[in-house]
Amino acid sequence: MSSPDIALPAAPVARRAAPAAGSKVRINPTPPWQKRKRLATYAGVLPYVAFAVFPLYLMAVTSFKTTAEINDFSQSPFWVSGVTLSNYVYLAEKTNYFESWMLNTIIVSVVTTLISVSVGSLAAYALARLRFRGVEMFGVAVFITYLVPQTLLFLPLVDVINWIDQFIPIRDTYWVLIITYPTFLIPFVTWLLMGYFRTIPYEVEECAYVDGCGRLRALFRIVMPMAMPGLICAVLFSFTLSWNEFLYSLVFIQDQFAKTLSVGVFTELIRGDIYYWGSLMAACFAGTIPIVVLYAFFMDYYTSGLTAGAIK
Amino acid sequence: MAVTTEAIGIPAPRVRRRWSDLFGPDIDGYGFILPAAIIMICLVVYPFCLAVYFSMSDAWIGAENTHFIGLENFIYILTEDDIFRQTVRNTILFAVFSVLFKVIFGIAGALLLMHVTKLKRLIRGAILIPFVAPTALTTLGWWLIFDPTYSQLNWFLQNVWPFSAMGLGPYQYLGDPNLALASVIFVNIWRGLPFFIITIFAGLMAIPPSLYEAADIDGATGSQKFWRITLPLLRPVLAVIILFSTIFTLADFNIVFVLTRGGPMNSTHLFATYSFMTGIGNREIGLGAAISLFLFPLLFIIVIIQLRLVRKDAVYELS
Repeated sequence: MSSPDIALPAAPVARRAAPAAGSKVRINPTPPWQKRKRLATYAGVLPYVAFAVFPLYLMAVTSFKTTAEINDFSQSPFWVSGVTLSNYVYLAEKTNYFESWMLNTIIVSVVTTLISVSVGSLAAYALARLRFRGVEMFGVAVFITYLVPQTLLFLPLVDVINWIDQFIPIRDTYWVLIITYPTFLIPFVTWLLMGYFRTIPYEVEECAYVDGCGRLRALFRIVMPMAMPGLICAVLFSFTLSWNEFLYSLVFIQDQFAKTLSVGVFTELIRGDIYYWGSLMAACFAGTIPIVVLYAFFMDYYTSGLTAGAIK
Repeated sequence: MAVTTEAIGIPAPRVRRRWSDLFGPDIDGYGFILPAAIIMICLVVYPFCLAVYFSMSDAWIGAENTHFIGLENFIYILTEDDIFRQTVRNTILFAVFSVLFKVIFGIAGALLLMHVTKLKRLIRGAILIPFVAPTALTTLGWWLIFDPTYSQLNWFLQNVWPFSAMGLGPYQYLGDPNLALASVIFVNIWRGLPFFIITIFAGLMAIPPSLYEAADIDGATGSQKFWRITLPLLRPVLAVIILFSTIFTLADFNIVFVLTRGGPMNSTHLFATYSFMTGIGNREIGLGAAISLFLFPLLFIIVIIQLRLVRKDAVYELS
């Protein structure tokens, strides 16, 4: 662990007797019981990791197989022998709706995230800082709407959308989703950011007021920048939640081209009784990868958001 | 005050009623919550009231006019609807088993994670993936795993020793009523477990190490430390995540709909899928709304418990 040619002071070296310069004998190596314990830990963690990644792995492997290989039951289905991109090529060239699903999903996720985070952060600031009549009640209402599942609302929302459709034609377009997704995103964002805003000391804001800042200016110049980690977290979660949304998209959109990824793949790519596993898994993998990559880059924000707000 | 000033002959100052007396010192707060409030009222509160109205009417998609029929839908569901009875049974089994297993494996996983020193980020990242990946798409991956002919699980059982010697399978994972419910619960556990592991992990980190040191000095064994220190101190965290998870498990739609659509023989229907089938599939919005509303009393109780817990702050200090 401690390399002898770098002179490291104190802490890490001090735990073990420092080896004499040049000697290769490590005095006091890791005791065997500690090694055994470490081995047991990793042996215990491994099934968890395998379990978590397993379906994604199979999805990826299957998506790179030829149809012949998928139908060949004599060899292991867990590995791919002849890697082919034909399933992805099929999606890109033979289906004219896959790109439009991708595009719809991106547009809807970006726009709903923008709406939800801006509306939600204003509400969260009011809940965290301002004192006015009814603010407590509003907080409870936000919490309750956060917990009211889409299951309770999708049927009446069909009616609401049909009503709006009389004036503005939104049915069967992604505008329906842009209108409805904020209903579950705003309460979530508000709840998450409220916690973050509370951690910012009021004194900082007070200084801004003393210096002649208005409330809005203090909010945008002082509070928002300080709550940046929370805002990033809210953006990531909103984006992920709307990317993954299924029920509303399934219920509100029938048009093949207006669908989002998760619904389109499910309703259009499963044709008849013969399943085209290759292209189906390719589509699933292509729809999952953007979120997983995003997550890989911002993992810490996801984890902090999870533990701070406790999410779905 | 007023008496003394009048006594001297100076008129009492008129008490000006300020807006702030009525609405609090930060009147601009209403402006901040206005956009959120409008959206919530139009697209959550109003639809909810509409759902209550629908549940008491014979509304169906495409009907010219609907009639108020009182509690007829509810009476029908409770007395004549066999599928609903099945749904209630499924939902209870589904929620109890998936939450139970998530708690047990969540605690075990979090305890293991505490000891992981190398590759910490990679391992934690991998474990959390099921939670961020799009459920509908990953469930399609599970669909392949459970498919009767293409099932890798069956292939594994039949071709890999020692399972091949045992003569297991091939199983119709989604074709047999009991197996289908078990499969759906399994996928739900797969998706929900990361949330438990990570949150419990954060709860474990918040337990002061000095407690364990003190226990060590007193000669406590590992299991004693777990039952006497870890578990009692995790209780608030566990309470919150169990309630959260129960709500979202009760209301689950995606996994069941993608894997089985409620079948075979309605053995996997949950409130959400059954209400979808009735309300959208059969176009009977009124009946569908009534079915989904049965969730509400359950939710209401959970929300009230939850609000009490959250107010006790202790829970949220762990981040």
